Amino acid sequence: MSSQGDQPEEGSQAKAEAKPEAAKPEAAKPVVQKPVEIPALEKGIIEKFTGRFGDKIKLVYAKPKRIRFNVKTEDVLDFARFLHDEVGFDQPISVAGVDYPKENIIEVVYHIGCCTKPEYTSSVFAFGLKLPRNDPKMPTLIPVYGGVEYHERETFEMLGVIFEGHPRLERLLLPEDWADIPPLRKDFSIKGR
Amino acid sequence: MGLPPSMQVEESEEGRILTISVGPQHPGSGHFRLVVKVDGDIIVDADPDPGYVHRGEEKMCEYRNYIQNIPHLERPMIADSCGILYPFCLGVEEIANIPVPERAKYIRVIMAELNRCIFELYWLGIYGIFLGHSTMFMWPMGDRELLIDLAEAATGARVTHAYFVPGGVRNDLPENFKERAFRQLDYFKHRLDQYKDIFYNNPLFLDRTKGVGVLSAQDAINLGVTGPVLRASGVKHDIRKIEPYDVYDQLDFEVYSMNTGDSYARAYVPLLEMYESINIIKQALEKMPSGSVRTKLGPNPRGPAGESFKRVEAGRGELAYYLVSDGTAKPYRVKMSVPSFRQIPAMSYLLKGSKLADMPAIYWSLNYWPVEADR
Repeated sequence: MSSQGDQPEEGSQAKAEAKPEAAKPEAAKPVVQKPVEIPALEKGIIEKFTGRFGDKIKLVYAKPKRIRFNVKTEDVLDFARFLHDEVGFDQPISVAGVDYPKENIIEVVYHIGCCTKPEYTSSVFAFGLKLPRNDPKMPTLIPVYGGVEYHERETFEMLGVIFEGHPRLERLLLPEDWADIPPLRKDFSIKGR
Repeated sequence: MGLPPSMQVEESEEGRILTISVGPQHPGSGHFRLVVKVDGDIIVDADPDPGYVHRGEEKMCEYRNYIQNIPHLERPMIADSCGILYPFCLGVEEIANIPVPERAKYIRVIMAELNRCIFELYWLGIYGIFLGHSTMFMWPMGDRELLIDLAEAATGARVTHAYFVPGGVRNDLPENFKERAFRQLDYFKHRLDQYKDIFYNNPLFLDRTKGVGVLSAQDAINLGVTGPVLRASGVKHDIRKIEPYDVYDQLDFEVYSMNTGDSYARAYVPLLEMYESINIIKQALEKMPSGSVRTKLGPNPRGPAGESFKRVEAGRGELAYYLVSDGTAKPYRVKMSVPSFRQIPAMSYLLKGSKLADMPAIYWSLNYWPVEADR
Protein backbone atom coordinates (compact mmCIF):
# COMPACT_ATOMS: atom_id res chain seq x y z
CA MET A 1 0.00 0.00 0.00
CA SER A 2 2.25 2.70 -1.21
CA SER A 3 0.19 5.80 -0.66
CA GLN A 4 2.78 7.79 -2.56
CA GLY A 5 1.78 6.20 -5.78
CA ASP A 6 -0.01 9.28 -6.87
CA GLN A 7 1.03 9.04 -10.47
CA PRO A 8 -0.64 6.02 -11.97
CA GLU A 9 1.79 5.84 -14.86
CA GLU A 10 1.72 2.20 -15.88
CA GLY A 11 5.20 1.27 -14.70
CA SER A 12 5.86 -1.24 -17.42
CA GLN A 13 5.94 1.38 -20.17
CA ALA A 14 9.00 2.84 -21.81
CA LYS A 15 11.60 3.97 -19.29
CA ALA A 16 12.33 7.20 -21.11
CA GLU A 17 8.81 8.41 -20.44
CA ALA A 18 8.59 7.18 -16.90
CA LYS A 19 11.73 8.89 -15.66
CA PRO A 20 11.01 12.60 -15.96
CA GLU A 21 7.55 12.20 -14.47
CA ALA A 22 8.81 10.18 -11.56
CA ALA A 23 11.40 12.78 -10.74
CA LYS A 24 8.82 15.21 -9.34
CA PRO A 25 6.66 13.15 -7.05
CA GLU A 26 6.17 15.97 -4.52
CA ALA A 27 3.89 18.21 -6.51
CA ALA A 28 0.71 16.18 -6.40
CA LYS A 29 1.17 14.58 -2.99
CA PRO A 30 -1.01 16.59 -0.58
CA VAL A 31 -3.89 16.59 -3.01
CA VAL A 32 -3.99 12.82 -3.20
CA GLN A 33 -3.08 11.98 0.37
CA LYS A 34 -5.61 14.10 2.21
CA PRO A 35 -8.76 12.20 1.25
CA VAL A 36 -7.10 8.85 2.02
CA GLU A 37 -8.32 7.60 5.35
CA ILE A 38 -5.68 8.11 8.02
CA PRO A 39 -5.67 5.72 11.01
CA ALA A 40 -6.57 7.22 14.39
CA LEU A 41 -3.12 6.94 15.98
CA GLU A 42 -1.40 8.64 13.07
CA LYS A 43 -4.13 11.26 12.95
CA GLY A 44 -3.46 12.12 16.58
CA ILE A 45 0.24 12.61 15.90
CA ILE A 46 -0.42 14.69 12.81
CA GLU A 47 -2.85 16.93 14.67
CA LYS A 48 -0.24 17.64 17.33
CA PHE A 49 2.12 18.87 14.66
CA THR A 50 -0.30 20.87 12.60
CA GLY A 51 -1.53 22.49 15.80
CA ARG A 52 1.99 23.56 16.70
CA PHE A 53 3.51 24.38 13.33
CA GLY A 54 0.51 25.15 11.14
CA ASP A 55 1.38 25.41 7.47
CA LYS A 56 5.12 25.68 8.01
CA ILE A 57 5.32 21.91 7.61
CA LYS A 58 3.92 19.70 4.91
CA LEU A 59 2.57 16.19 5.34
CA VAL A 60 4.13 13.88 2.74
CA TYR A 61 2.35 10.67 3.64
CA ALA A 62 0.63 8.92 6.51
CA LYS A 63 0.37 5.19 6.17
CA PRO A 64 -0.16 2.79 9.06
CA LYS A 65 2.81 3.16 11.43
CA ARG A 66 4.69 5.49 9.09
CA ILE A 67 4.38 9.26 8.93
CA ARG A 68 6.51 11.73 7.07
CA PHE A 69 6.60 15.49 7.12
CA ASN A 70 8.68 17.89 5.13
CA VAL A 71 10.22 20.68 7.18
CA LYS A 72 11.94 23.94 6.29
CA THR A 73 15.58 24.28 7.25
CA GLU A 74 14.96 27.14 9.67
CA ASP A 75 12.28 25.20 11.57
CA VAL A 76 14.05 21.87 11.83
CA LEU A 77 15.56 22.33 15.30
CA ASP A 78 12.23 23.42 16.79
CA PHE A 79 10.52 20.58 15.00
CA ALA A 80 12.99 18.00 16.29
CA ARG A 81 12.76 19.34 19.85
CA PHE A 82 8.98 19.15 19.72
CA LEU A 83 9.16 15.62 18.34
CA HIS A 84 11.58 14.53 21.04
CA ASP A 85 10.27 16.36 24.10
CA GLU A 86 6.53 16.73 23.57
CA VAL A 87 5.56 13.86 21.31
CA GLY A 88 8.11 11.38 22.63
CA PHE A 89 9.93 9.93 19.64
CA ASP A 90 13.34 9.49 21.20
CA GLN A 91 15.39 6.96 19.25
CA PRO A 92 17.28 7.97 16.10
CA ILE A 93 17.19 5.12 13.58
CA SER A 94 18.57 6.49 10.35
CA VAL A 95 19.64 9.61 8.50
CA ALA A 96 19.52 9.28 4.74
CA GLY A 97 20.42 11.69 1.99
CA VAL A 98 18.80 11.45 -1.42
CA ASP A 99 20.08 13.36 -4.42
CA TYR A 100 17.61 14.78 -6.98
CA PRO A 101 19.73 16.50 -9.63
CA LYS A 102 16.77 17.27 -11.89
CA GLU A 103 15.08 19.36 -9.23
CA ASN A 104 18.45 20.60 -8.01
CA ILE A 105 17.83 19.54 -4.43
CA ILE A 106 19.26 17.12 -1.90
CA GLU A 107 16.80 15.63 0.54
CA VAL A 108 17.93 14.69 4.02
CA VAL A 109 15.49 12.29 5.67
CA TYR A 110 15.57 11.49 9.38
CA HIS A 111 13.81 8.37 10.66
CA ILE A 112 13.03 8.46 14.35
CA GLY A 113 11.58 5.65 16.44
CA CYS A 114 10.18 5.52 19.93
CA CYS A 115 11.27 3.32 22.84
CA THR A 116 9.42 4.69 25.82
CA LYS A 117 5.82 5.44 24.88
CA PRO A 118 4.03 2.12 24.34
CA GLU A 119 1.46 3.59 21.96
CA TYR A 120 4.14 4.87 19.57
CA THR A 121 6.76 2.11 19.72
CA SER A 122 5.47 0.45 16.58
CA SER A 123 5.65 3.67 14.56
CA VAL A 124 8.50 5.30 12.71
CA PHE A 125 8.37 9.04 12.27
CA ALA A 126 10.22 10.55 9.35
CA PHE A 127 10.92 14.13 8.46
CA GLY A 128 12.75 15.42 5.45
CA LEU A 129 14.43 18.64 4.41
CA LYS A 130 15.00 19.91 0.92
CA LEU A 131 18.37 21.59 0.59
CA PRO A 132 19.71 23.41 -2.47
CA ARG A 133 22.09 21.13 -4.28
CA ASN A 134 24.88 23.63 -4.78
CA ASP A 135 24.91 24.72 -1.13
CA PRO A 136 23.36 22.03 1.09
CA LYS A 137 23.49 23.33 4.63
CA MET A 138 21.39 22.56 7.67
CA PRO A 139 21.83 22.73 11.44
CA THR A 140 22.98 19.55 13.13
CA LEU A 141 20.45 17.73 15.29
CA ILE A 142 23.01 16.41 17.78
CA PRO A 143 21.68 18.71 20.57
CA VAL A 144 18.36 16.88 20.32
CA TYR A 145 19.33 13.38 19.20
CA GLY A 146 22.86 12.56 20.35
CA GLY A 147 22.91 9.35 18.35
CA VAL A 148 22.78 11.03 14.93
CA GLU A 149 26.42 12.11 15.14
CA TYR A 150 27.83 9.30 13.01
CA HIS A 151 24.81 9.19 10.71
CA GLU A 152 25.30 12.88 9.92
CA ARG A 153 29.01 12.37 9.35
CA GLU A 154 28.16 9.66 6.85
CA THR A 155 25.64 11.88 5.07
CA PHE A 156 28.25 14.64 4.96
CA GLU A 157 30.84 12.53 3.19
CA MET A 158 28.43 10.63 0.98
CA LEU A 159 26.37 13.60 -0.25
CA GLY A 160 28.32 16.66 0.80
CA VAL A 161 25.66 18.03 3.16
CA ILE A 162 27.12 20.47 5.70
CA PHE A 163 25.67 20.07 9.18
CA GLU A 164 26.31 23.38 10.88
CA GLY A 165 27.45 23.02 14.47
CA HIS A 166 28.52 19.40 14.09
CA PRO A 167 31.64 18.87 16.22
CA ARG A 168 33.41 16.56 13.76
CA LEU A 169 32.55 16.79 10.10
CA GLU A 170 35.29 14.47 8.88
CA ARG A 171 35.68 11.46 6.65
CA LEU A 172 34.18 8.35 8.18
CA LEU A 173 33.90 5.47 5.73
CA LEU A 174 35.71 6.85 2.69
CA PRO A 175 39.50 6.96 2.42
CA GLU A 176 41.05 10.02 4.00
CA ASP A 177 42.50 11.12 0.67
CA TRP A 178 39.23 10.85 -1.25
CA ALA A 179 39.49 13.55 -3.92
CA ASP A 180 36.31 13.12 -5.92
CA ILE A 181 32.77 14.43 -5.53
CA PRO A 182 30.64 12.83 -2.79
CA PRO A 183 29.93 9.32 -4.12
CA LEU A 184 26.23 9.03 -3.44
CA ARG A 185 25.45 12.03 -5.62
CA LYS A 186 23.90 10.95 -8.87
CA ASP A 187 26.59 12.52 -11.04
CA PHE A 188 29.22 10.26 -9.50
CA SER A 189 29.23 7.04 -11.47
CA ILE A 190 30.94 3.76 -10.81
CA LYS A 191 33.75 3.14 -13.27
CA GLY A 192 32.76 0.95 -16.18
CA ARG A 193 29.04 1.46 -15.70
CA MET B 1 59.74 2.71 23.89
CA GLY B 2 60.75 -0.79 22.84
CA LEU B 3 57.51 -1.33 20.95
CA PRO B 4 57.26 -2.17 17.24
CA PRO B 5 56.41 0.82 15.04
CA SER B 6 53.13 -0.82 14.03
CA MET B 7 51.74 -0.06 17.46
CA GLN B 8 52.03 3.67 16.74
CA VAL B 9 52.62 4.71 20.28
CA GLU B 10 52.78 8.46 20.61
CA GLU B 11 53.64 10.29 23.75
CA SER B 12 52.11 13.64 24.65
CA GLU B 13 54.11 16.55 25.98
CA GLU B 14 53.17 15.89 29.54
CA GLY B 15 54.31 12.31 29.11
CA ARG B 16 51.17 10.95 30.67
CA ILE B 17 48.76 10.38 27.82
CA LEU B 18 49.63 7.66 25.34
CA THR B 19 47.82 7.27 22.02
CA ILE B 20 47.50 3.67 20.90
CA SER B 21 46.06 2.55 17.60
CA VAL B 22 44.17 -0.73 17.97
CA GLY B 23 43.57 -2.37 14.61
CA PRO B 24 42.77 -2.34 11.73
CA GLN B 25 44.33 -5.78 11.61
CA HIS B 26 42.71 -8.31 13.85
CA PRO B 27 44.07 -7.90 17.38
CA GLY B 28 40.57 -8.15 18.73
CA SER B 29 38.98 -5.49 16.62
CA GLY B 30 38.71 -6.86 13.11
CA HIS B 31 39.00 -4.58 10.04
CA PHE B 32 38.32 -1.66 12.30
CA ARG B 33 40.53 0.81 14.09
CA LEU B 34 40.09 2.23 17.52
CA VAL B 35 42.35 5.09 18.53
CA VAL B 36 42.49 5.01 22.30
CA LYS B 37 44.24 7.49 24.57
CA VAL B 38 45.30 6.07 27.89
CA ASP B 39 46.44 7.61 31.12
CA GLY B 40 48.12 4.70 32.85
CA ASP B 41 45.67 1.92 32.09
CA ILE B 42 42.57 4.12 32.15
CA ILE B 43 41.14 5.05 28.74
CA VAL B 44 40.57 8.79 28.58
CA ASP B 45 39.43 8.93 24.96
CA ALA B 46 38.39 6.39 22.35
CA ASP B 47 37.84 7.32 18.74
CA PRO B 48 36.30 4.65 16.51
CA ASP B 49 37.57 4.75 12.94
CA PRO B 50 35.47 2.51 10.68
CA GLY B 51 35.67 2.36 6.89
CA TYR B 52 38.40 -0.17 6.14
CA VAL B 53 35.93 -2.55 4.51
CA HIS B 54 33.56 -0.02 2.95
CA ARG B 55 32.41 -1.28 -0.43
CA GLY B 56 29.63 1.07 -1.42
CA GLU B 57 26.69 -1.31 -1.15
CA GLU B 58 24.21 1.57 -1.31
CA LYS B 59 25.71 2.92 -4.52
CA MET B 60 25.88 -0.55 -6.05
CA CYS B 61 22.16 -0.99 -5.41
CA GLU B 62 21.33 1.94 -7.69
CA TYR B 63 22.88 0.15 -10.68
CA ARG B 64 21.02 -3.15 -10.33
CA ASN B 65 17.39 -4.08 -10.38
CA TYR B 66 15.60 -5.32 -7.29
CA ILE B 67 16.33 -9.00 -7.94
CA GLN B 68 19.98 -8.48 -8.89
CA ASN B 69 20.49 -6.71 -5.60
CA ILE B 70 19.79 -9.80 -3.52
CA PRO B 71 23.15 -11.61 -3.55
CA HIS B 72 25.37 -8.65 -2.86
CA LEU B 73 23.20 -7.18 -0.12
CA GLU B 74 23.84 -10.12 2.17
CA ARG B 75 27.61 -9.85 1.83
CA PRO B 76 28.04 -7.31 4.64
CA MET B 77 26.82 -9.85 7.18
CA ILE B 78 27.33 -13.37 5.92
CA ALA B 79 26.86 -14.89 9.38
CA ASP B 80 23.27 -13.59 9.44
CA SER B 81 22.52 -13.41 5.74
CA CYS B 82 18.78 -13.94 6.10
CA GLY B 83 18.52 -11.20 8.69
CA ILE B 84 20.16 -8.59 6.51
CA LEU B 85 18.12 -9.48 3.44
CA TYR B 86 14.76 -9.68 5.21
CA PRO B 87 13.81 -5.97 5.35
CA PHE B 88 14.92 -5.45 1.76
CA CYS B 89 12.45 -8.10 0.60
CA LEU B 90 9.71 -6.62 2.78
CA GLY B 91 10.42 -3.20 1.31
CA VAL B 92 10.34 -4.37 -2.30
CA GLU B 93 7.09 -6.20 -1.58
CA GLU B 94 5.58 -2.98 -0.30
CA ILE B 95 6.83 -0.89 -3.22
CA ALA B 96 5.88 -3.33 -5.97
CA ASN B 97 2.83 -4.60 -4.09
CA ILE B 98 3.83 -8.26 -4.23
CA PRO B 99 1.76 -10.76 -2.22
CA VAL B 100 3.54 -13.43 -0.17
CA PRO B 101 2.13 -16.95 0.26
CA GLU B 102 1.44 -17.99 3.85
CA ARG B 103 3.87 -20.90 3.79
CA ALA B 104 6.68 -18.64 2.63
CA LYS B 105 6.09 -16.36 5.60
CA TYR B 106 6.57 -19.28 7.97
CA ILE B 107 9.67 -20.49 6.16
CA ARG B 108 11.12 -17.00 6.36
CA VAL B 109 10.56 -16.86 10.09
CA ILE B 110 12.16 -20.29 10.52
CA MET B 111 15.21 -19.33 8.49
CA ALA B 112 15.55 -15.93 10.14
CA GLU B 113 15.55 -17.54 13.57
CA LEU B 114 17.92 -20.27 12.47
CA ASN B 115 20.27 -17.58 11.18
CA ARG B 116 19.95 -15.71 14.46
CA CYS B 117 21.25 -18.82 16.27
CA ILE B 118 24.02 -19.34 13.72
CA PHE B 119 25.08 -15.74 14.08
CA GLU B 120 24.88 -15.64 17.87
CA LEU B 121 26.94 -18.81 18.21
CA TYR B 122 29.64 -17.25 16.07
CA TRP B 123 29.52 -14.13 18.18
CA LEU B 124 29.60 -16.13 21.40
CA GLY B 125 32.59 -18.16 20.26
CA ILE B 126 34.58 -15.04 19.56
CA TYR B 127 33.49 -13.51 22.85
CA GLY B 128 34.84 -16.61 24.56
CA ILE B 129 38.25 -16.35 22.94
CA PHE B 130 38.34 -12.59 23.61
CA LEU B 131 38.11 -13.34 27.31
CA GLY B 132 40.64 -16.15 27.12
CA HIS B 133 38.16 -19.00 27.35
CA SER B 134 39.19 -21.42 24.59
CA THR B 135 36.48 -24.00 25.24
CA MET B 136 33.83 -21.39 24.63
CA PHE B 137 35.42 -20.79 21.25
CA MET B 138 35.45 -24.46 20.25
CA TRP B 139 32.00 -25.45 21.43
CA PRO B 140 29.84 -22.84 19.69
CA MET B 141 31.86 -23.16 16.48
CA GLY B 142 31.26 -26.90 16.50
CA ASP B 143 27.57 -26.65 17.33
CA ARG B 144 27.15 -23.97 14.72
CA GLU B 145 28.10 -26.52 12.06
CA LEU B 146 25.01 -28.58 12.87
CA LEU B 147 22.74 -25.59 12.38
CA ILE B 148 24.61 -24.62 9.23
CA ASP B 149 23.98 -28.13 7.89
CA LEU B 150 20.31 -27.56 8.55
CA ALA B 151 20.37 -24.25 6.72
CA GLU B 152 22.33 -25.83 3.90
CA ALA B 153 19.72 -28.55 3.50
CA ALA B 154 17.07 -25.88 3.05
CA THR B 155 18.92 -23.36 0.93
CA GLY B 156 21.82 -25.15 -0.73
CA ALA B 157 24.49 -22.84 0.66
CA ARG B 158 26.30 -22.85 3.95
CA VAL B 159 26.38 -19.16 4.78
CA THR B 160 25.37 -16.85 1.95
CA HIS B 161 21.98 -18.36 1.29
CA ALA B 162 20.36 -15.69 -0.96
CA TYR B 163 17.24 -17.51 0.13
CA PHE B 164 14.76 -14.68 0.65
CA VAL B 165 13.38 -13.10 -2.49
CA PRO B 166 10.63 -10.53 -2.94
CA GLY B 167 7.45 -12.58 -2.99
CA GLY B 168 8.59 -15.44 -0.77
CA VAL B 169 11.60 -17.72 -0.60
CA ARG B 170 13.63 -19.26 -3.38
CA ASN B 171 12.62 -22.90 -2.87
CA ASP B 172 10.61 -25.07 -0.52
CA LEU B 173 12.09 -26.91 2.45
CA PRO B 174 13.31 -30.48 1.83
CA GLU B 175 11.04 -33.35 2.78
CA ASN B 176 12.53 -34.50 6.06
CA PHE B 177 13.38 -31.01 7.24
CA LYS B 178 10.96 -30.95 10.16
CA GLU B 179 12.20 -34.15 11.80
CA ARG B 180 15.79 -33.19 11.25
CA ALA B 181 15.27 -29.71 12.66
CA PHE B 182 13.54 -31.03 15.78
CA ARG B 183 16.35 -33.50 16.45
CA GLN B 184 19.09 -30.92 16.05
CA LEU B 185 17.28 -28.22 17.98
CA ASP B 186 16.76 -30.56 20.93
CA TYR B 187 20.45 -31.28 20.94
CA PHE B 188 21.21 -27.57 20.58
CA LYS B 189 19.03 -26.74 23.58
CA HIS B 190 20.90 -29.29 25.63
CA ARG B 191 24.17 -27.65 24.57
CA LEU B 192 22.94 -24.21 25.58
CA ASP B 193 22.41 -25.57 29.10
CA GLN B 194 26.02 -26.71 29.06
CA TYR B 195 27.17 -23.26 27.89
CA LYS B 196 25.55 -21.83 30.98
CA ASP B 197 27.56 -24.13 33.19
CA ILE B 198 30.92 -23.75 31.56
CA PHE B 199 30.82 -20.11 30.53
CA TYR B 200 28.05 -18.02 32.01
CA ASN B 201 28.59 -19.33 35.55
CA ASN B 202 32.35 -19.30 35.17
CA PRO B 203 34.12 -16.99 37.68
CA LEU B 204 36.47 -15.88 34.89
CA PHE B 205 33.60 -14.67 32.77
CA LEU B 206 31.73 -13.11 35.68
CA ASP B 207 34.79 -11.19 36.85
CA ARG B 208 35.55 -9.88 33.41
CA THR B 209 32.03 -8.73 32.54
CA LYS B 210 29.93 -7.98 35.64
CA GLY B 211 29.71 -4.26 36.21
CA VAL B 212 31.95 -3.56 33.19
CA GLY B 213 30.76 -0.96 30.69
CA VAL B 214 27.43 -0.05 32.26
CA LEU B 215 25.01 1.64 29.87
CA SER B 216 21.91 3.17 31.42
CA ALA B 217 18.54 2.90 29.72
CA GLN B 218 18.38 6.65 29.07
CA ASP B 219 21.83 6.73 27.50
CA ALA B 220 21.07 3.65 25.44
CA ILE B 221 18.03 5.34 23.91
CA ASN B 222 19.82 8.63 23.36
CA LEU B 223 22.80 7.03 21.68
CA GLY B 224 20.47 5.11 19.40
CA VAL B 225 21.79 1.62 20.16
CA THR B 226 19.61 -1.31 19.33
CA GLY B 227 19.00 -5.01 19.76
CA PRO B 228 20.43 -7.02 22.65
CA VAL B 229 22.49 -4.00 23.71
CA LEU B 230 19.33 -1.95 24.21
CA ARG B 231 17.46 -4.78 25.90
CA ALA B 232 20.36 -5.45 28.25
CA SER B 233 19.87 -1.89 29.50
CA GLY B 234 16.28 -2.60 30.46
CA VAL B 235 14.41 -1.33 27.37
CA LYS B 236 12.11 -4.07 26.09
CA HIS B 237 12.25 -3.07 22.47
CA ASP B 238 12.05 -5.90 19.96
CA ILE B 239 10.70 -5.30 16.46
CA ARG B 240 9.35 -8.85 16.32
CA LYS B 241 7.01 -7.93 19.15
CA ILE B 242 6.24 -4.25 18.72
CA GLU B 243 5.79 -4.24 14.97
CA PRO B 244 5.36 -7.89 13.97
CA TYR B 245 6.22 -8.69 10.37
CA ASP B 246 5.23 -11.82 8.46
CA VAL B 247 3.82 -14.28 11.02
CA TYR B 248 5.53 -13.24 14.24
CA ASP B 249 2.18 -12.07 15.58
CA GLN B 250 0.84 -15.64 15.37
CA LEU B 251 3.69 -17.15 17.38
CA ASP B 252 4.05 -17.17 21.12
CA PHE B 253 7.44 -15.99 22.38
CA GLU B 254 9.05 -13.86 25.04
CA VAL B 255 11.24 -10.78 24.76
CA TYR B 256 13.97 -10.80 27.37
CA SER B 257 15.59 -7.81 28.92
CA MET B 258 17.90 -7.22 31.85
CA ASN B 259 18.32 -4.15 33.97
CA THR B 260 22.02 -4.06 34.74
CA GLY B 261 23.20 -2.79 31.34
CA ASP B 262 26.71 -4.21 31.78
CA SER B 263 28.72 -6.48 29.51
CA TYR B 264 27.39 -9.52 31.34
CA ALA B 265 23.80 -8.57 30.52
CA ARG B 266 24.74 -7.89 26.91
CA ALA B 267 26.18 -11.40 26.70
CA TYR B 268 23.35 -13.08 28.59
CA VAL B 269 20.43 -11.64 26.60
CA PRO B 270 21.60 -13.35 23.34
CA LEU B 271 21.72 -16.68 25.18
CA LEU B 272 18.12 -16.28 26.30
CA GLU B 273 17.20 -15.29 22.77
CA MET B 274 18.68 -18.47 21.38
CA TYR B 275 16.38 -20.48 23.67
CA GLU B 276 13.51 -18.40 22.39
CA SER B 277 14.58 -18.92 18.77
CA ILE B 278 14.41 -22.67 19.28
CA ASN B 279 10.91 -22.21 20.62
CA ILE B 280 9.89 -20.05 17.65
CA ILE B 281 11.30 -22.43 15.05
CA LYS B 282 9.48 -25.40 16.60
CA GLN B 283 6.18 -23.52 16.72
CA ALA B 284 6.54 -22.34 13.15
CA LEU B 285 7.37 -25.85 11.92
CA GLU B 286 4.22 -27.17 13.60
CA LYS B 287 1.93 -24.43 12.35
CA MET B 288 3.31 -24.15 8.82
CA PRO B 289 0.62 -24.69 6.16
CA SER B 290 1.29 -26.32 2.82
CA GLY B 291 1.11 -24.47 -0.45
CA SER B 292 3.34 -22.47 -2.71
CA VAL B 293 6.40 -20.66 -1.37
CA ARG B 294 6.89 -17.96 -3.94
CA THR B 295 4.87 -15.52 -5.98
CA LYS B 296 5.86 -15.69 -9.62
CA LEU B 297 7.38 -12.42 -10.72
CA GLY B 298 8.44 -11.02 -14.03
CA PRO B 299 12.14 -10.41 -14.56
CA ASN B 300 11.99 -6.76 -13.53
CA PRO B 301 9.48 -6.17 -10.76
CA ARG B 302 8.74 -2.51 -10.25
CA GLY B 303 6.27 -0.29 -8.51
CA PRO B 304 5.07 3.30 -8.70
CA ALA B 305 7.24 6.14 -7.42
CA GLY B 306 7.27 6.13 -3.67
CA GLU B 307 9.24 5.07 -0.65
CA SER B 308 9.17 2.44 2.05
CA PHE B 309 10.84 2.04 5.39
CA LYS B 310 10.83 -1.55 6.65
CA ARG B 311 12.60 -2.91 9.68
CA VAL B 312 13.19 -6.30 11.24
CA GLU B 313 14.93 -7.61 14.32
CA ALA B 314 18.14 -9.20 13.08
CA GLY B 315 20.63 -10.93 15.35
CA ARG B 316 22.33 -7.68 16.26
CA GLY B 317 19.24 -5.53 16.50
CA GLU B 318 16.92 -3.43 14.43
CA LEU B 319 17.84 -3.54 10.75
CA ALA B 320 15.99 -1.16 8.46
CA TYR B 321 15.98 -0.35 4.76
CA TYR B 322 14.85 2.97 3.40
CA LEU B 323 13.94 2.35 -0.25
CA VAL B 324 13.09 5.12 -2.68
CA SER B 325 11.57 4.08 -5.99
CA ASP B 326 11.19 6.34 -9.00
CA GLY B 327 8.97 3.95 -10.92
CA THR B 328 11.76 2.20 -12.78
CA ALA B 329 13.03 -1.33 -12.24
CA LYS B 330 16.05 -0.13 -10.29
CA PRO B 331 15.85 1.44 -6.84
CA TYR B 332 16.51 5.18 -6.85
CA ARG B 333 18.09 5.08 -3.41
CA VAL B 334 18.72 2.30 -0.91
CA LYS B 335 19.71 3.32 2.58
CA MET B 336 20.67 0.54 4.96
CA SER B 337 20.35 1.39 8.61
CA VAL B 338 22.41 -1.38 10.17
CA PRO B 339 22.63 -2.14 13.88
CA SER B 340 26.43 -2.27 13.95
CA PHE B 341 26.66 1.29 12.70
CA ARG B 342 24.26 2.38 15.40
CA GLN B 343 26.39 0.86 18.17
CA ILE B 344 29.43 3.04 17.32
CA PRO B 345 28.45 6.02 19.52
CA ALA B 346 28.03 3.69 22.49
CA MET B 347 31.51 2.31 21.96
CA SER B 348 33.40 5.53 22.57
CA TYR B 349 30.92 6.47 25.30
CA LEU B 350 31.49 3.23 27.24
CA LEU B 351 35.24 2.97 26.71
CA LYS B 352 35.91 6.41 28.16
CA GLY B 353 36.89 5.93 31.78
CA SER B 354 37.20 2.15 31.66
CA LYS B 355 40.38 0.13 31.92
CA LEU B 356 42.33 -0.80 28.82
CA ALA B 357 42.08 -4.46 29.82
CA ASP B 358 38.27 -4.21 29.72
CA MET B 359 38.30 -3.01 26.13
CA PRO B 360 37.74 -6.45 24.52
CA ALA B 361 34.93 -7.26 26.94
CA ILE B 362 33.13 -4.02 26.16
CA TYR B 363 33.92 -3.91 22.46
CA TRP B 364 32.64 -7.37 21.65
CA SER B 365 29.64 -7.19 23.96
CA LEU B 366 28.35 -4.36 21.76
CA ASN B 367 27.87 -6.83 18.93
CA TYR B 368 29.76 -4.67 16.49
CA TRP B 369 30.55 -6.16 13.07
CA PRO B 370 32.90 -3.93 11.06
CA VAL B 371 31.87 -5.22 7.64
CA GLU B 372 28.22 -4.61 8.35
CA ALA B 373 28.85 -1.14 9.76
CA ASP B 374 30.91 -0.11 6.73
CA ARG B 375 28.58 -1.61 4.13
